[in-house]
Amino acid sequence: MSLEVIQPGVLSLLQDSGRFGQHRIGLTNGGPLDPEAFNYCNRLLANEAGSTAVEISFGGSQFEARVDTFICVTGAQMQLRINDKLKPLWAVHRLVAGDRITLDFAEHGCRAYLGVAGGFSVEPSFGSTATVVRENIGGLNGNKLQAGDLLPCARVTERRYHYLPPAQQPRYHDRVTVRVIPGYQQAHFSRLQQRRFFSHAYTVSERCDRMGYRLEGPAISCDVDGILSEGICFGAIQIPADGQPIVLLNDRQTIGGYPKIGSALSLDAARLAQLRPGGIVNFAPISPHGAHNALHLADSLSRRQTLPERQP
Amino acid sequence: LTVELHSAGENAMMLYLGQDASPRVAARVQAAAQAIEAALGSDLVDLVPSYASVLILYDPMVTDHLSVGQRVHAALADLASSPATGGRSVTLPVYYATEAGADLAALAERAGLSIDEVIGLHSEPEYRVYAIGFAPGFAYLGQVDERIAAPRLATPRLRVPRGAVAIADRQTAVYPAVSPGGWNLIGRCPVRMFDPVATPCMPVAVGDRVRFEPVSRERFLALGGDLA
Repeated sequence: MSLEVIQPGVLSLLQDSGRFGQHRIGLTNGGPLDPEAFNYCNRLLANEAGSTAVEISFGGSQFEARVDTFICVTGAQMQLRINDKLKPLWAVHRLVAGDRITLDFAEHGCRAYLGVAGGFSVEPSFGSTATVVRENIGGLNGNKLQAGDLLPCARVTERRYHYLPPAQQPRYHDRVTVRVIPGYQQAHFSRLQQRRFFSHAYTVSERCDRMGYRLEGPAISCDVDGILSEGICFGAIQIPADGQPIVLLNDRQTIGGYPKIGSALSLDAARLAQLRPGGIVNFAPISPHGAHNALHLADSLSRRQTLPERQP
Repeated sequence: LTVELHSAGENAMMLYLGQDASPRVAARVQAAAQAIEAALGSDLVDLVPSYASVLILYDPMVTDHLSVGQRVHAALADLASSPATGGRSVTLPVYYATEAGADLAALAERAGLSIDEVIGLHSEPEYRVYAIGFAPGFAYLGQVDERIAAPRLATPRLRVPRGAVAIADRQTAVYPAVSPGGWNLIGRCPVRMFDPVATPCMPVAVGDRVRFEPVSRERFLALGGDLA
């Protein structure tokens, strides 16, 4: 009982909420680049939070059901077809064995999540099913999905048809403002350099992936080339010697020696990860208190939100 | 004694316990990491001890930087500095050559040394494993002789091969897998530094001592090395 990968697309990866507590042997977190869309996918399907889904970057994927079940696709706007019939994203759909699911290339945003009722059942490694290709860990065999892969899932015959009303669906624009908690290494960056960083637009370069988004724009200079290597938290914004900022994401290295100008708020890093090369990024400072408040507000909003149902 | 604690992100605090890499600071880092683990309990998500710092990752939905800060300071106040523990002694073979280390010639030239002198200086000392991170099994070793210390590349390489032996400032390491990297490559080691299905998954742990042994191209290949 499974979903068969007919065409994986550019980059499709099995992800749960991520691998935590393994930094001491150098394992990074992995997990969904856009946890908001990933969480909606599981909530709409009435799955346990963090159930394993497929993260589809850029689209161009095709799957075939080998079991009766229900699916939901959230995230980047791409056309979803079940047996050539157009279906809405952000909604639960019934599948019968033999049905074909096609996802076109993304028109807005970059990462979509394909979930299945009950989640895909994959053996966790180091406590998580999150695929980190660079580490060759997680997923089916540590790799991105390949044509012919069978994604194990259970037969499910009943599910409510939850959907997220269009007015509540996230919109993915080509321009994102990322709130940044200024770094403890600020002292290495003059006031002028900090002002430059916060007052100019940066462009997402071709070198953007699950490790980090490398941006291009006015170079930021720093009074040191490197620091004694130290742990790197999610969202840390490194400034290498060429002065072009790198926002470090889920698959980042756990330790490094480039100075950091600050750290991106996770809520905004999720939107950054929906940008493709050419997307525009602005930075705005936020205090640790402000960041804490923003996280709790977002959490409280999602808890109070009820998901309507449609008739099948 | 340096003790500095900073907010590093929405779910992270950075603790500095010194300014340099030394066995004394490393011992404090180890002791502090244990004390912080005990003090924060389940609010702690992960810890990244390094040369002179501990990155503390907490769950921002159950606590905040103020509470974490207070508890870390309290834990450190009780901390007696304990001597560095022994650790094991591990020898890693290395094939030093320009075909195996793309930056070997440039590093020698920059240092005003011959390639043989660079090899001699790199394989002479016993290093200490100060931290593990960056990638699974990536062990940071120190201290490299000042004469062959070299800054990171201005633009990191997109692909460094598995087994690459490299220098950054006064640190050295063996890349455990193909990855991007900004360190200066000087040779290749045939021993796998990380194998997820092996027990243990790494040949070294923090606190171990490591020595590099120069080997010939033939010996490197016989040991399972790969120059691809």
